[in-house]
Amino acid sequence: MSEEILRLESLSKSFGGIRAVNDVSLSLKKGEIVGLIGPNGAGKTTLVNVITGVHPADAGTVHFMGENVTRQRPYQAARRGLCRTFQIVQPFPENSVLDNVAAGAVFGGAVPSLKQARERAMDLLEFVGLQDVASQPASALTLPNRKRLELAKSLAMKPKVLMLDEVNAGLSSGEIDGALDLIRRIAEQGVTILIIEHLMKVVLGVSERIVVLDRGAVIAEGPPMEVVKDERVIEAYLGSKYAQRLKEKTHG
Amino acid sequence: MITRTGLILFAIWVVILATTPLHADNYIVRTAIMISMYSVLALSWNFIGGFTGYPSFATVAFFGLGAYVGAIAQRNGVPMVVAWMLATIVVGAFAAALGSILLRLKGHYFAIGSIAVVEVCRLVISSWRSVTGGGDGLNIPLLRWSPDDVAIFFLMVMLVLMIIVFALNAFVSRHRLGFGLHCIRQNEDAADMVGINTTLYKVIAFTLSALFVGTAGAAYASWVGYIDPTDSFSILMTVKVPVMVLLGGAGTVLGPVIGAASFVVLEEIFWSNFLDWNRAILGMVIVFLIFFLPGGLLRVSFRKVRDRLKGREGVAT
Amino acid sequence: MDIGQILVNGLVLGALYACLAVGFSLVWGVLNVINMLHGSFIVLGGYLTFFAWHSFGIHPLVSLPFVALLLFGIGYLVQYLFVNKVVTAPVLTTLTLTFGLDMILYNIMTVFFSATPRRVTLDLGTLSFFGITMPVDRLFGMALALALTGLLYYVMRKSRIGRAIVAVRMDRAAATLMGIRVNHIYAITFGVGALMAGAAGAIFAMVFPITTNLTGMYIGKAFVVCVIGGLGSVPGALVGGLALGLIESISGHFFGPQHSLTVGFLVMLFILLVKPTGLVGKRGYE
Repeated sequence: MSEEILRLESLSKSFGGIRAVNDVSLSLKKGEIVGLIGPNGAGKTTLVNVITGVHPADAGTVHFMGENVTRQRPYQAARRGLCRTFQIVQPFPENSVLDNVAAGAVFGGAVPSLKQARERAMDLLEFVGLQDVASQPASALTLPNRKRLELAKSLAMKPKVLMLDEVNAGLSSGEIDGALDLIRRIAEQGVTILIIEHLMKVVLGVSERIVVLDRGAVIAEGPPMEVVKDERVIEAYLGSKYAQRLKEKTHG
Repeated sequence: MITRTGLILFAIWVVILATTPLHADNYIVRTAIMISMYSVLALSWNFIGGFTGYPSFATVAFFGLGAYVGAIAQRNGVPMVVAWMLATIVVGAFAAALGSILLRLKGHYFAIGSIAVVEVCRLVISSWRSVTGGGDGLNIPLLRWSPDDVAIFFLMVMLVLMIIVFALNAFVSRHRLGFGLHCIRQNEDAADMVGINTTLYKVIAFTLSALFVGTAGAAYASWVGYIDPTDSFSILMTVKVPVMVLLGGAGTVLGPVIGAASFVVLEEIFWSNFLDWNRAILGMVIVFLIFFLPGGLLRVSFRKVRDRLKGREGVAT
Repeated sequence: MDIGQILVNGLVLGALYACLAVGFSLVWGVLNVINMLHGSFIVLGGYLTFFAWHSFGIHPLVSLPFVALLLFGIGYLVQYLFVNKVVTAPVLTTLTLTFGLDMILYNIMTVFFSATPRRVTLDLGTLSFFGITMPVDRLFGMALALALTGLLYYVMRKSRIGRAIVAVRMDRAAATLMGIRVNHIYAITFGVGALMAGAAGAIFAMVFPITTNLTGMYIGKAFVVCVIGGLGSVPGALVGGLALGLIESISGHFFGPQHSLTVGFLVMLFILLVKPTGLVGKRGYE
């Protein structure tokens, strides 16, 4: 298919003896939507943190567009177009919604002037449907709107790869459909998307490929429908006993 | 961000200060010099404490260092103005180096670290007798002009410095640097994530908070003709500067100017009327400020003050 | 001077520093407030002890508990009336507030007590052992300082109030849900901080001359002890105090006593940068 944009090789990160990310290798192709799932504590957010340089990797490499970026700092990742949203949203609470997005544009997106950044920010707010609250302080937003703001902010950085860390957590099913629709529209613009979720069903519909993480390691990878049938995946999510029972039921 | 009205008010204020020698006595001119000097300090502190939200108490270290660099240079035959420039450069370099180490700390630890820097500077200057004269201090060659001319000269010097730092404040507050610092103040991790080189930005802010304080220190030394470690690195002065900014309104451009002026005037009044109790009265001003003017004079709401005095509003946060 | 004497000097000094800093450390750790009043509390304790002895002939050991209790009351009120109202504000606000309050207290003290150095002279002689000499009043001060610090440790671990303070420190919100009156606990913590400062002042008055000009130096020592040892814990203050005592004694011997303070501050800056939790510091543990 098309060219590779992000490649992780044997990436590892430990915290005080616990291997939060354990020998993870992964490759993303330009323009695809990949789901990264795994139970709570599987190391999904840590993996994103290692990729973007929040935590330095203990071992392994990250290549972005052919360049070794393993040692980058978070702001460098953002400027390169390797962007992410936060599971726990991180707005600038006193800034207006517009200025939150403008910050992404002017620093991450290399827009030369603040004025242009605000214009671009306004377009993006329209894209995510926040144009009516543009002048409100970010701290006044509701949770679904904060998630959208987070999305608009990352888009302002002109991402090439966008890692969405649980953008759907805490949303109702109707709101999730809206968010997924938005994600598809972003992907249509040629942005590679890694969608990180704790709930499997959210990503199944939208992802072309799914990677399953458990206890820091990749335990399965492939098309959505194959992955959900994988025994190890069921075991990781439901526990070995339940997996055993399920197996007996379906086969016996 | 500064409005047109703010700019006009500042210009009027500069004119008022600059014309004091024409109609007022030496005491008033001296006060005008002090106001301009403290405005330089407060406006400089605004870069790190106001825009960036880092509680720095290092201002007086830059002031004292500038005074000593200027004094030592002048004593070794360097012309006065060159000595001031030298002080500016040395203090700026010192702040940049110090900032890249110290700004890794946050909150209380940063505050303590910056206080420790003041103490270390004071102690090093006190004990490095051969260069700094130790506790005896240093004499600086005085200008051989009439006292009135000297006062006018130093008033103009401090005013020029004040205008420079004010213009820098106004510029930074509109520029992406100020925008970035404002983001850092609100959420440093998020600032990093939107592509702000937070380390660089903080070091720039810290250096800006030092640069002209160094010049002011050197000019002050030339003006008064004598400096010693206790006065040049006084812990009282290091707290005064943030208090002035808080008094006027932190993070605004006009606030530090208003704060410095009101504080110096208050201090003069207390000094001349309540000699034994001036420190306690300043303390009371600080306590009053924290409880009743948390946003500074610029954001004052008299109705709220009245309500609080009557105890209608509970916790001030 | 031989190495034994240097070490003993350091340890004696260190025990006094631990007692000086432990209250400051507690307030910082639990309330997240840098209490700039701490130095003045120490001097106030010292002055009260001195005047009780000088004017009324009351032995410092007798007056110490009363001085400490009085300071507890002052500390409780300061926290209850002032600091509690801004306790969640950024460090700049709380530090500036306590600094303002300190200016008031300092001024009151200079007016009423003047800045003359005062010292309780007990004339207990000196003690010699293994070629090491030490004034007995200093040894006495050290023993008292260690005993008080130990007592505080015991109270923090065993009493209901002590456990409540630790609980508030670990998780304010959860402590509220458990029915702990956080503001009351904060005021008590601040009171205990002042109490320990007063007691340290009483001990200091027996060993060194006390004057209002020393408030800044005491605060400085408290900073250094807290950062070296680790915040908000009795063992942290003890380790930090002993470490600072030894650092000052050793560096004083090699570089001259006038540099020992500088070395202390430099060690503190170093620890701040490489291990901000201090030598024995661990967040959320008493």
